[in-house]
Amino acid sequence: MSDSKKYFIARICSLLKLPANSLSANENEISAFLPLHELPLIVKRLCQMEEARCVFIGATDDRKNSKSFGLQYLFSIDKESLLILLRSKVPDHSLKFPSIAVQVAAAAAFEQEIWEFFGITPEGHPNLKNLLLHEDWPSETFPLRKDFDPHQKIKRVEKKSSNFLQVTGEGVFEIPVGPVHAGIIEPGHFRFSVAGEPVIHLEIQLGFTHKGIEKLAEGKTVLEAAALAERISGDASFAHSMAFCQAVEKIAKVTVPKKAQVLRVIFSEMERLYNHLGDIAGIATDVGFSFGAAQMLRLRELILQKNDRFTGHRLLRGVNIPGGVLCDLTAEIKNELRSFLNLLLDQYAPVEHLYFETDSLMDRIEGTGIVLEKVVRDLTGVGPVARASNVKIDLRQDFPYADYPNLKFEVAFRKEGDVAARMLVKMAEFKEAVSIIFQALDHLTDEPLVVNIQSLPEGSALGWAESARGEIFHWLRIGRDGKVERLKIKSPSFSNWRILPWAVQGNIVPDFPLINKSFNLSYSGNDR
Amino acid sequence: MFEIIKINLKTGRATIPIQAKNKEEFSVVGNELKNKIKQLLGGRSLHIRQIDAGSCNGCELEISALSNPIYDIERFGIHFVASPRHADVLLVTGPITRQMEPALIKTYEATPEPRIVIATGDCAINCGVYANSYAVSGPLNTIIPVDVNIPGCPPSPTAILQALLSILDRLPKK
Repeated sequence: MSDSKKYFIARICSLLKLPANSLSANENEISAFLPLHELPLIVKRLCQMEEARCVFIGATDDRKNSKSFGLQYLFSIDKESLLILLRSKVPDHSLKFPSIAVQVAAAAAFEQEIWEFFGITPEGHPNLKNLLLHEDWPSETFPLRKDFDPHQKIKRVEKKSSNFLQVTGEGVFEIPVGPVHAGIIEPGHFRFSVAGEPVIHLEIQLGFTHKGIEKLAEGKTVLEAAALAERISGDASFAHSMAFCQAVEKIAKVTVPKKAQVLRVIFSEMERLYNHLGDIAGIATDVGFSFGAAQMLRLRELILQKNDRFTGHRLLRGVNIPGGVLCDLTAEIKNELRSFLNLLLDQYAPVEHLYFETDSLMDRIEGTGIVLEKVVRDLTGVGPVARASNVKIDLRQDFPYADYPNLKFEVAFRKEGDVAARMLVKMAEFKEAVSIIFQALDHLTDEPLVVNIQSLPEGSALGWAESARGEIFHWLRIGRDGKVERLKIKSPSFSNWRILPWAVQGNIVPDFPLINKSFNLSYSGNDR
Repeated sequence: MFEIIKINLKTGRATIPIQAKNKEEFSVVGNELKNKIKQLLGGRSLHIRQIDAGSCNGCELEISALSNPIYDIERFGIHFVASPRHADVLLVTGPITRQMEPALIKTYEATPEPRIVIATGDCAINCGVYANSYAVSGPLNTIIPVDVNIPGCPPSPTAILQALLSILDRLPKK
């Protein structure tokens, strides 16, 4: 560890009132317990002076053991590769905690979620309203409390008044869209307030695909929960299962065999390849450039077919398990993969070139849907959305996991923050991903694929992975019985959905599909 | 552009033949289908409206793959439409979440009769891994009448296509 980093960690430790040696050399996580009343000030200092970024805020129901609710605040200081987990307690007689949403805008949505699912109130929250549960949800029904029966049927109550922000004025009207959309996409409800063509304000209601995954995971074995983790968001199946498995492995204190780590890199980059090609194709579809889209979609389908051939599943489900992977690449398949990647690059390059030469495409996407760097930083945007607005964060580089520390790659980023920038970032990442797979193929050794996890001790851990959409965090707590006691899932879409309205503002309504596509958000990942 | 055309000429036709149950030649089956749809629907194509009722988006990924150049579903006269009012078939995915149930029922009611409902993917058939959740109302057949099930998590594009072909017999003749 360098001297500057040592000094930095000592500073953070003194801020958190921890002994200076609280962090051992190879670790990148600090955990500290703070009383509730000290939280806002320390959080403010972390965010304003140390450039900490609020990753998520989670809660636990510990009333059985300690007559209180637990709170977990995860902050990341990316430039120093440091994660800070602050823990606190809300006594069950008060059911209140101080909101930090005014200082840290990104915290607002997480606090709303805690209020909605645990029934503890963030005091001083600027905009406390339902986030995922709809108006017909009965009051005093909090799904993530331990005394809530996960299998009950919830009755529908008479709808409370709608909680949409309304824009009024001469010539202002509202366009409602969804939840059933025109295309083959997931459900969500949008309300555009427009005057003429430009959008003044966009209100988004999500939660239509809320399936209670976090609650369902409770009481399950880690193997059962791993299957659930793969089904949080279909096109990020592998990344979610990787984040989950790594959390389990940390609690079990096992090291996954090198070979499994390399295979995890290969498969997660395969997932990135097909996702990015789909997004790049989607941009072309939305401007009516179907020739380009068809070419990209053909290549994407070839990747999905290779996934099927190598692992038996097009979306790579059932490949990852806690302890390793279940699927090997034989020498023959390795060669096949290498020649496939070469073919992919050869056939991709001219189509990319064609994109740049097509004015009807580039004119539509340049300067459209600009996201300011400040918006991304305030709302802690992640993934290509952040990287296209000059926020260079990538878990593969900042907090390397699996075999990523041994691989060379560049994190693509742009400054413009428009639809074109997001497309260009994805195009660059596509090529990097191919190069990563090539490198990783050379790292494959002859080793076992899985390490056996005999029994799980009580404890909690963080697992993370960089999916095609951005960072995924899973905070897992295992109970005394070796089963899941709490699983907090932070999907990349959860942050990026809050940014979308800012990107749309001032743009014309017909550009909305284009901007939405350039974000490519998962409804299911957000709603869980 | 010329570079791409060169590659395309070298690659040949990307669109793959779909084997039907009797494993006949693709073109024969394809033409038969086209004729069948023409006969049944009086010259127009079969219109499908897809509804996501809480899926993880895996099924959507595979359904939209049907339109890529490799499967090219439109060659059979099958077309995805934007409105349920234009649809012959509803292709429903997901475990039918509590919060999507009202919208699903409204969409079903907006579809003109005779309407065929297909439960697509394990979730729509039996709620899959989300079974018994407080947030799930499904499976689909407890909410609206279902005609065909397509199992899989998610079902592959080929499986979806084969199931779509099999329902043609159920459409009343025009």
